[in-house]
Amino acid sequence: MVSNKLTSGFAALTTGLASLLFCACTCADSLFDYQLQPMQVAEGTWVVPGVPEDFSRSNGGNIVNIGFVETDAGVVLIDTGPSLRYAQQLEAAVARVTSQPIVAAINTHHHPDHWFGNQHFQHLPIYALPATLDAMINEGDNFADNLYRMSGDWMRSTEPTPANQPLSTDTLSIGDHTFKLITLTGHTVADLAVLDTHTGVLFAGDLAFDQRAPTTPHANIDTWLAALDSLGDIDYRLLVPGHGQPATDDRAIQFTRHYLLWLQNLLQQSAQMGDVPTDVINKPIPAAFQEASMVREELSRSVIHLYPRLEANTLATHKQGGYN
Amino acid sequence: MTQYFAPALIRLLGLVVLLGGSALAQSGLDRNGTDPLDSPMWANMHERFLAGEDYVFDTAIEVTAPSYAEDSLNVPVAFSISGIENIQQIAVFADLNPLPMVLRLRPVTVAPAMAFRFKLQQSSPVRVAALTDDGLWHVGSAWIDAAGGGCTAPSVGMASGNWTETFGTVNAGFFPRESGNRLKLQIMHPMDTGLAEGIPRFHIEQLELRNLDDNSLMAELELYEPISENPLLSFDVGAVSGVTLKGHDNNANTFAADLVNP
Repeated sequence: MVSNKLTSGFAALTTGLASLLFCACTCADSLFDYQLQPMQVAEGTWVVPGVPEDFSRSNGGNIVNIGFVETDAGVVLIDTGPSLRYAQQLEAAVARVTSQPIVAAINTHHHPDHWFGNQHFQHLPIYALPATLDAMINEGDNFADNLYRMSGDWMRSTEPTPANQPLSTDTLSIGDHTFKLITLTGHTVADLAVLDTHTGVLFAGDLAFDQRAPTTPHANIDTWLAALDSLGDIDYRLLVPGHGQPATDDRAIQFTRHYLLWLQNLLQQSAQMGDVPTDVINKPIPAAFQEASMVREELSRSVIHLYPRLEANTLATHKQGGYN
Repeated sequence: MTQYFAPALIRLLGLVVLLGGSALAQSGLDRNGTDPLDSPMWANMHERFLAGEDYVFDTAIEVTAPSYAEDSLNVPVAFSISGIENIQQIAVFADLNPLPMVLRLRPVTVAPAMAFRFKLQQSSPVRVAALTDDGLWHVGSAWIDAAGGGCTAPSVGMASGNWTETFGTVNAGFFPRESGNRLKLQIMHPMDTGLAEGIPRFHIEQLELRNLDDNSLMAELELYEPISENPLLSFDVGAVSGVTLKGHDNNANTFAADLVNP
């Protein structure tokens, strides 16, 4: 009996070990695989959608929409993703849907989920607005510190690699496609919207979010609202937001505008009432945004980005200082 | 001497009270219990800042902070305390900060509540400990995740060199609230920690708030290095026509302003 038990126990143990090893192998294969699935949204045009979350060790930073356009001279990337691993897998995903090689990339703005894949494409022209380029150079290392902390090993070997071609023209022609370059500001110091005049697809970058709370670390809400008006005036057939579903209508513009107006009102009213920052962080979320992702988290961040100036503006100077 | 004597006496009395079934026992608070945040530095904090005296972790001390710092130079924190009487002083510290002590408040007529911003070097608990006249510290906690670097960076004013222009300027506002008037005051000061290379420790050390009408003491405050640059402090001051602010920094610069509630 005893020996039987021992044998069966040993058998169970070896089975267990075997399955553990098996799992280790199969899991290793799927480790750091972003499972990128290009979604065709127009003729020769694909979007690789990210999840509506913040950077994490489960999503590896795949929180962003990356676009790519097939021209007769090769494929143009609209943004390059959050990491080196992402960019390598993006290249493979592009190759699954077109035989054209990647020949150029455009960065819409300097937030790291949009350009930390540049490193893999640095032998190609990578276009960005001059102010975006400066911001990439100035803030890249800080972004990298933070992303390695938040996304962990998904970031392995990723080095911030700023764009290499400052844009100074209104259009960029690659093969049979002419891209209209619309220079705006508000989400960051320089936000580029790209209209492919060949298909009418508008890549709005992070000026437009849909059903995911807009982020504000470098935002100016007034100029952002003006930028949304400018986007609304463009004759496009499909709008690809930086985060959220592409759509033929202006839902992303509307969502972003509603959210920013709510945020701006909330912050201004709270400051007038004498709320302290932590009061504002815990304010109720309106029904209109309860289905959207990341609203509570982004409200908390936005209070930290935007509230100090509003709060200081409610104070009057009672004693003038100066140091002699 | 007396301040050490009193708690000891109360500890002796406490035995008797416990046998009789104290409010503490009834509320289920665990005297000198384990840290709910399991901080490796709690024992050290207890010795350094609470003089090793008795404590309870008490949810009556409400500490509100963002779960993620976002800006390690300016982490907003607020605390309020309900249902605890006879508070002698309130100590605020962050266990894992290289400079843990943030502030001490002695609320005389102001509510035992405050808001401020502070610098955080890494993820840490932030504690608000209120000492009641029975010698017991009531401790509230919040955990703040942070990317870090808040304490070792120079102040913006010192880095840019323009801090002297506004140094010592006092800005303030009174806001009517359900709980009475809220006073927000801001003193322009670099508040350098001394941990940034080549920049010595330079911070406001002491402030007091007095009633503008009768000069009676409303609150005393000690500020430490982690308080953010150009500190903006909020107090619930009740119905007052104004507040006289006085204080000094560690370089003997003095600050004084009459803050009139318009």
